[in-house]
Amino acid sequence: MLSPGIILLAAFGYLCLLFAIAYYGDKRADAGRSLVANPYIYALSIAVYCTAWTFFGSVGRAAANGMDFLTIYLGPTLVFVLCWFILRKIVRISKVNRITSIADFISARYGKTQLLGGLVTVIAVVGIVPYISLQLKAVSSSFNVLIHYPDVTMPGAVSTLPMFQDTALYVALILATFSILFGTRHIDASEHHEGMVAAIAFESVVKLVAFLSVGAFIAFGIHDGFDDLFAKAMAEPEIRRLLTTAPASAFGNWMTLMVLSMAAIVCLPRQWHVTVVENVDENHLDKAVWLFPLYLLLINIFVLPVAVAGLLAFRPEQVDADMYVLVLPMLARQEGVALIAFIGGLSAATGMVIVETVALSTMVCNDLVMPVLLRWRWLRLTERADLSRLLLGIRRGSIVGVVLLSYLYFRLIGESYALVTIGLVSFTAAAQFAPAIIGGIFWKSGNRWGALAGLGAGFLTWGYTLLLPSFVRSGWLDAEILTAGPFGMGVLPPQALFGLTGLDPLTHALFWTMLVNVGAYIGVSLLTHQSALERIQASTFVDVFRRGGAGQRFWRGTATVADLEALLVRFIGAPRARQALADYARQRDLNLGKLNDADADLVQYVERLLAGAIGAASARVMIASVAKGEIMSLDEVMAILDEASQIIEYSRRLEQKSQELEVTSAELRAANERLKELDRMKDDFISTVSHELRTPLTSIRSFGEILFDNPTLDIEQRREFLGIIVKESERLTRLINQILDLAKMEAGRMDWQIAKVELKDVVADALAVTRGLFAERQIRLEVRVPDDLPPIEYDRDRLIQVIVNLLSNAVKFCDAREGFVGLEAAVEGGAMRVTVRDNGPGVSQLDQPRVFERFQQVGNTMTAKPQGTGLGLAICRQIVERFGGRIWVESEPGRGAAFSFLVPIRLVAAAAQ
Amino acid sequence: MARSVLVVDDEPNIVLSLEFLMRQAGYTVRVARDGEAALKSVEEDPPDLILLDVMMPKRDGFDVCQTVRANPAWKGMRIVLLTAKGRDIEREKGMALGADDYITKPFSTREVVQRVKQYLPPDG
Repeated sequence: MLSPGIILLAAFGYLCLLFAIAYYGDKRADAGRSLVANPYIYALSIAVYCTAWTFFGSVGRAAANGMDFLTIYLGPTLVFVLCWFILRKIVRISKVNRITSIADFISARYGKTQLLGGLVTVIAVVGIVPYISLQLKAVSSSFNVLIHYPDVTMPGAVSTLPMFQDTALYVALILATFSILFGTRHIDASEHHEGMVAAIAFESVVKLVAFLSVGAFIAFGIHDGFDDLFAKAMAEPEIRRLLTTAPASAFGNWMTLMVLSMAAIVCLPRQWHVTVVENVDENHLDKAVWLFPLYLLLINIFVLPVAVAGLLAFRPEQVDADMYVLVLPMLARQEGVALIAFIGGLSAATGMVIVETVALSTMVCNDLVMPVLLRWRWLRLTERADLSRLLLGIRRGSIVGVVLLSYLYFRLIGESYALVTIGLVSFTAAAQFAPAIIGGIFWKSGNRWGALAGLGAGFLTWGYTLLLPSFVRSGWLDAEILTAGPFGMGVLPPQALFGLTGLDPLTHALFWTMLVNVGAYIGVSLLTHQSALERIQASTFVDVFRRGGAGQRFWRGTATVADLEALLVRFIGAPRARQALADYARQRDLNLGKLNDADADLVQYVERLLAGAIGAASARVMIASVAKGEIMSLDEVMAILDEASQIIEYSRRLEQKSQELEVTSAELRAANERLKELDRMKDDFISTVSHELRTPLTSIRSFGEILFDNPTLDIEQRREFLGIIVKESERLTRLINQILDLAKMEAGRMDWQIAKVELKDVVADALAVTRGLFAERQIRLEVRVPDDLPPIEYDRDRLIQVIVNLLSNAVKFCDAREGFVGLEAAVEGGAMRVTVRDNGPGVSQLDQPRVFERFQQVGNTMTAKPQGTGLGLAICRQIVERFGGRIWVESEPGRGAAFSFLVPIRLVAAAAQ
Repeated sequence: MARSVLVVDDEPNIVLSLEFLMRQAGYTVRVARDGEAALKSVEEDPPDLILLDVMMPKRDGFDVCQTVRANPAWKGMRIVLLTAKGRDIEREKGMALGADDYITKPFSTREVVQRVKQYLPPDG
């Protein structure tokens, strides 16, 4: 039997366990053996996303709308799986800048603006308080349902109960105590609250296990598994319709819910707190990106079965569908399971309330209360020795304040809304932060005026389109305003602005708030200018992965070490201040005691320490109060930033250019080498030509002078000398002609006379020219040219020149005593081959390719020097190749040589022209 | 006893003309057609002066010049290089290798005779 006493005992016992875990977690952290420094705890702590709204409300929504409860979990899944880089960037920025909350983040990004931090805080408080009250309502409702066990009755309105009998109040107070104990241990809000995180992770396990147990009991204990359950459901037309047909606005609604939940997973203060502020190690995100979606998947498995089971068991008006998780076990008389369901819901609610209040209290303290207090000079705050106790006091006070405010909201308004609807109103409020955050980390030109305008406009529109109607529903305002708009003008009804109808209220609100928010943010940012500090912060945030630390270079002022120390002592207490400064000195190997003036580095360090305690905006004000000098002017900052980004760009381009240059210079070196080689070859050629020309000239001149100086020489000698002069003159002429021929051919300026020729005639002519040579040296000649050779198109004279060259070479090199030269022609493939062979010493393998080069005479080793110009074979090659053939030599040393060339038979007309 | 001149060139006609000129000037003349033959001749019977062509098959004139200069026994031997390559660098190289003079082809017969006489008076 479940008596109220047992239920309270269970609840209280559970909360005690939570305290114990948190206490243990903190102890471990103090001892340096962290309990939470692993990705699994991190992922579980992010599951604080699943609140009582998930635990009870998902089933309620599934019972009313079918599948669309899933969108609330698909959005975060998409963010974690696809947009993890945004999370990673935010985490990195926050670590570098010791960000304490979402308000601190936005205010720091837009020039450490106090006004902006304040606005974000107000939006967060106004937007989130209903959400917290929703948790209190869930606890209170579930308790009130459970105490009537075994009767299943819906409790009456809570507001009829006297306040001190309301369990929700006590739950609220216990949670506030928890938050104060474990959420405000240290003044440095950017430090980790390990005990709290451990407790939150534990709660995530509890609510998951509870929901899975209850779901399994309902699906497998009451019914016969999923098949049975859905078979029964399909038999009911009402349920069948719910599961199979989509509502008219389904797709717009799905999109809305998806976008909202995507924004919420980043922008809800508690999500920000666990994901960003409590993140121990950036790399934990790597595992969280799949662990967290997995968690969401698990906790949603039984939502639909439970909803269907509830619809099968109760008539719609009989039981609030939000309570199916609890009442189904009660109906089955399973008090244990019912108690588990209650504890699961309690755990989901408490986790959310704890983290949310800690996050909100940090924001309220740092971005709302402190800036105001510091401004009120009559409080003489700036002169107080120790402000850390005051700070903690404010923070604890704001936790109590937020919790009580939520309780009040729950008493006054909460009853009129279903759980899910309240949650979505809060989601929409939180989504207003998204443009300023996303813009802030990717768009350097987004500025404070844009952020203020966007947030302000979005918030006002939210209040008008979502909050106002909720007041109407609670009976605070005349319902007529919903239909006719304010003052009966009919233009601006809150749920159909400018006549935009046909959307559900949520989609309508999201559309308008995002339109004005994003529009104002971008528009105003483009129309206004950034201050210097904003420019620095924008650059620090957007380029966080490129820059090491924050922009200490931009601070030009100085402060005394004593002043800075005094400042730190006042805000974070003497021991921690001394410790921090000692750490700083040790890292940099300084003796601060001897140091009088602090440099920009130390000023920066102290400002970041202060920012961790009181937020970036207030920290900046405090530092400015003790430091002389200012940050640089906008122009100077712009100059440095532009210079920096230009330098980055330049160095990137330089790197690219230098790589290109390396390639180019390698190419140039190669080209240069080729040119040098060509130059050397040209030099060699000229030198060789000059040598070849000078040699016959020398003989001619010498004998000319001898004959001139010796008129008395006998006739025999005269004749001999004159004969030499004539021969050398002929040699000179031949040489000059060949050089000119070769030069013309190589330059492509040769005048080719192409005609149809018969090889036989050509061979006959060539033999006629060389007949004398053969006769003179008594060389045997063998000619084998078939009669049926096809005619060819060639330059006749040049072809003769080739054959004559080869024949005279053969004569020159063939065996001195029994000389033999053979000439043969044959058709092979598509070409005619002409071969001239001799029985001389042959050409070595090494020399074979070289013999066709100019002046590469391969000397006969027996005779001193071969006769000839050294240009004959080079010319032959030029001619043969001109007509599309090739020339080569086959030889084995000592066994003669065979020079062959090919003449293509079907010389295409194009080549001939 | 008449002074001896060794004429070394791979061009037979040039050898012929130089041989004629040197005999006419009163020297004993021997000839060689390449570097190897030249060195052999030097070893057999060292001449007083070598008229040495540079561009020759097998061992060229620079090579012969260097080899001769490497042997202290032939310290007094005069070497006049003949070359058809007219570049300064050739001249410098020849002088560096220890040649006494350097004549570019085509040469004036009178100049050749005069130069040889300058190093080697016919009856000294």
